[in-house]
Amino acid sequence: MAAISREEVAHLARLSRLAVSEEEIDVFAGQLDVILQAVARVGEVVAEDIPPTSHSVPLTNVLRDDVEVPCLTPEEALAGAPDVEEGRFRVPRILEEEA
Amino acid sequence: MTVTLPPYDEVVARYEPVIGLETHVELGTKTKMFCGCPIDFGGQPNTRICPVCLGLPGSLPVANKAAIEATIRIGLALNCTIATWSRFARKNYFYPDMPKNYQISQYDEPLCVDGWLDVEVEGEIVRIGIERVHLEEDTGKTQHVGGATGRIHGATESLVDYNRAGIPLVEIVTKPVPGTGALAPIVARAYVTELRDVIRSLGVSDVRMEQGSLRCDVNTSLSLPGEPWGTRTETKNVNSLRSVERAVRSEILRQAAVLDAGGKIKQETRHLHEETGDTRPGRSKETATDYRYFPEPDLVPLAPDPAWVASLKEALPELPRVHRKRLQTDWGLSDLDMRSVVNAGAVELIEETIAAGASPRAPASGGWASWPAAPTRPASSWSRWVPRPRRWPSCSAWSTRASSTTSWPAPYWRA
Amino acid sequence: MPVGVKDIVATRGVPTTAGSRILEGWRPPYDATVVERMRAAGLVMLGKTNLDEFAMGSSTEYSAYGPTYNPWDLTRIPGGSGGGSAAALAAYEAPLTVGTDTGGSIRQPGAVTGTVGAKPTYGGTSRYGLVAFSSSLDTPGPCARTVEDAALLHAVLAGHDPRDSTSIPQPVPDVVGAARLGATGDLTGVRLGLVREFGAEGAEPGVMAAFRDGLDALTKLGAEVVEVSCPHFQYALPAYYLIAPSECSSNLARFDGVRYGLRVGDDGQKAIEEVMSLTREAGFGPEVKRRVIIGTYALSSGYYDAYYGQAQKVRTLITRDFTAAFEQVDVLVSPTTPFVAFPLGSRTSDPYQMYLADLYTIPTNLYGGPAISVPCGLSEGLPVGFQIMAPTLADDRMYRVAAALESAVGTLTPGELS
Ligand SMILES: [Zn+2]
Repeated sequence: MAAISREEVAHLARLSRLAVSEEEIDVFAGQLDVILQAVARVGEVVAEDIPPTSHSVPLTNVLRDDVEVPCLTPEEALAGAPDVEEGRFRVPRILEEEA
Repeated sequence: MTVTLPPYDEVVARYEPVIGLETHVELGTKTKMFCGCPIDFGGQPNTRICPVCLGLPGSLPVANKAAIEATIRIGLALNCTIATWSRFARKNYFYPDMPKNYQISQYDEPLCVDGWLDVEVEGEIVRIGIERVHLEEDTGKTQHVGGATGRIHGATESLVDYNRAGIPLVEIVTKPVPGTGALAPIVARAYVTELRDVIRSLGVSDVRMEQGSLRCDVNTSLSLPGEPWGTRTETKNVNSLRSVERAVRSEILRQAAVLDAGGKIKQETRHLHEETGDTRPGRSKETATDYRYFPEPDLVPLAPDPAWVASLKEALPELPRVHRKRLQTDWGLSDLDMRSVVNAGAVELIEETIAAGASPRAPASGGWASWPAAPTRPASSWSRWVPRPRRWPSCSAWSTRASSTTSWPAPYWRA
Repeated sequence: MPVGVKDIVATRGVPTTAGSRILEGWRPPYDATVVERMRAAGLVMLGKTNLDEFAMGSSTEYSAYGPTYNPWDLTRIPGGSGGGSAAALAAYEAPLTVGTDTGGSIRQPGAVTGTVGAKPTYGGTSRYGLVAFSSSLDTPGPCARTVEDAALLHAVLAGHDPRDSTSIPQPVPDVVGAARLGATGDLTGVRLGLVREFGAEGAEPGVMAAFRDGLDALTKLGAEVVEVSCPHFQYALPAYYLIAPSECSSNLARFDGVRYGLRVGDDGQKAIEEVMSLTREAGFGPEVKRRVIIGTYALSSGYYDAYYGQAQKVRTLITRDFTAAFEQVDVLVSPTTPFVAFPLGSRTSDPYQMYLADLYTIPTNLYGGPAISVPCGLSEGLPVGFQIMAPTLADDRMYRVAAALESAVGTLTPGELS
């Protein structure tokens, strides 16, 4: 059985904001199926009582003092922007609230 | 759906409302949550940003100690347990006011859990359970251009200012509050009022609803007595104390009408419309949002030292309810009189007047207890409550999302 | 002293593309910490070096700006993702380069180009200014032609950085001293651990032969070889290909055509969602898209526990394997990569075959400790790398052993250049 369907790939691409073509979905579905079947091997490990590791360094409480640091100039901040209007980043109209 | 709303008294006699509140408070730290940019709303757009809060490739967050401390103090004031192990998590979703397209927030390991806040309603104490208090970063501001009055619908483009992006935001979530019956709207309002006063007394935020440094989402559901709780709706963008009350009340009425007609309540996000006082659904989405939370790998866990937490607890100021109790004794006021003073918002004024040399006995003997006390109507009168035909700031001038409001005026204290 | 910098490291005012079309023309308004440190030490930036897009790949064929070729054989890949940094050294275009290693991106290119590549302890070198691929794994480090050069650059790059919350606030071990000690050729009393489970995974015979020659050379210098068991290493590759894509799917979300970089499809009609999707579709190459999709999948609420969550637990077990092994031995050794430089195009159609190039390098990234690749000989005329893995914060140990090996087998130079 395939680990991932063509429909799932299309859905995930949409969630990831990738306007993939139909041909890409076909190619990806096959490739991702191979990859996911391989990585699913992590499930073979019995690890119920094992704590997860998200960081390899055992640091905690890395905090900074509430002290100001110079900002970018507006020119620097906006220099890379594809479109700027009135000192702000211009974007196309927004349809959805979020997600 | 056009429905005729049944009378409020009759509705709350048949249905039991359950409410819940999620409150966001912008902290008044000097700098942002994860970078050293100043928090200063007076500036021109995009002048308070750096690689970190602009989400430039390669930049990394470092947590602001003052914000962690303020959050723990809020948690302590709300009788929460302070976690000995807490982490930030990424909440993933795309929106142009979010520089990284994920928000650094907290998920299953918040800083503070399981507390309560006592609020006084009609002379009775109602204990509101606090589910959690966590810390996250605010988003930028989006102005919608080209449509009518800055609305998101019909706009042809939007302009984004990231000055607000990265300001520390504390989220306080209550447990569901059942059993308040007809008083549910007033309890909701009293809770937000008390919460505001508590946070103000801690000096960690200016908590001004009208300026967006305190924002509220209101959850409401209805069920028949003895039945499981009903489906809840979430009303967003409730930006005044009065609106908190209206949001609950209008949702109770709307949901009752739907249920009476044999309908089902949809779990959805709604928006309060200030002009009419009713709530309307937000844009519906094809699928439920999956934020794909995972532990923020750029930040290490927080493990607040219990001794430090204990010292913060020790140093908490007198909280408002205790403070009021003490004043009442000092001033020799009856419960009813004190309530009038509180409801009139006159506590501070009286304190200042006394501090300026007036006799502390004056309030008791004089007319202060009989200050115009508009909100202290008996519960029953709320059933005849009608939205007054007043002009309120247009809700449609705000975007559909608490975090992408078009223009909040600068709070004066920061300017 | 001129130095080449992998083009995933932010350099103020100088285009930083991360090998991606989506960042074409972007000039960062700031320097990465490692770049600042190099400037302060008097190093001069020679240029930016090519890489697989966002450091995702093992061949540098996934760069949006074209592939880099292996100076040993121009029909073969120079390794990846840091193929540019390694090839520049092998071709004598630069004496030193900087790389980043997430799953082997410094060491594997070092191995297949006959150069030295070191991944420091995670947190030993600052990530500030590295365009993030997988935040919990990314580590910048030195690439050089000799072990001592690598150690000298390591000493410049490493050190605590308050701008990186995962940076370790501890002194950097004396890597230069250790390299010079190792170069004396005495390894008396040093215990080398041979990971039993790696044997079963099957490197090419020629690679194994060169590795064994290296091992023999080290025993002649006084080192002792001990076989150790790391039973969970077989799950390192699957765990890595869940953790890295998950973090990358989130890290790369910021490339949306709003604040910097490419924007596609903004015709005044389309909504932001569509413009973002068209931008990302046009701006990312196929390997990046694959990983973003895998990561989005692995983090989805229905799959999180089975995939990302489980991979994080496996990570704990791999760390325990390392800890147990380092109670028996001073360092672990293995070939750096199972095969010599492969021909261009031979693995791009089958992504999983490409992933196997990192089989031996990935466990260290999950654990966080340092590892180095140093040449140990040739197979079919192509370089073979010898990997030395050390405990967290014991970066000096691997330099000592690497320098000793180098003193015994010498450095490698492509035929046409020697
Ligand atoms: Zn900033």
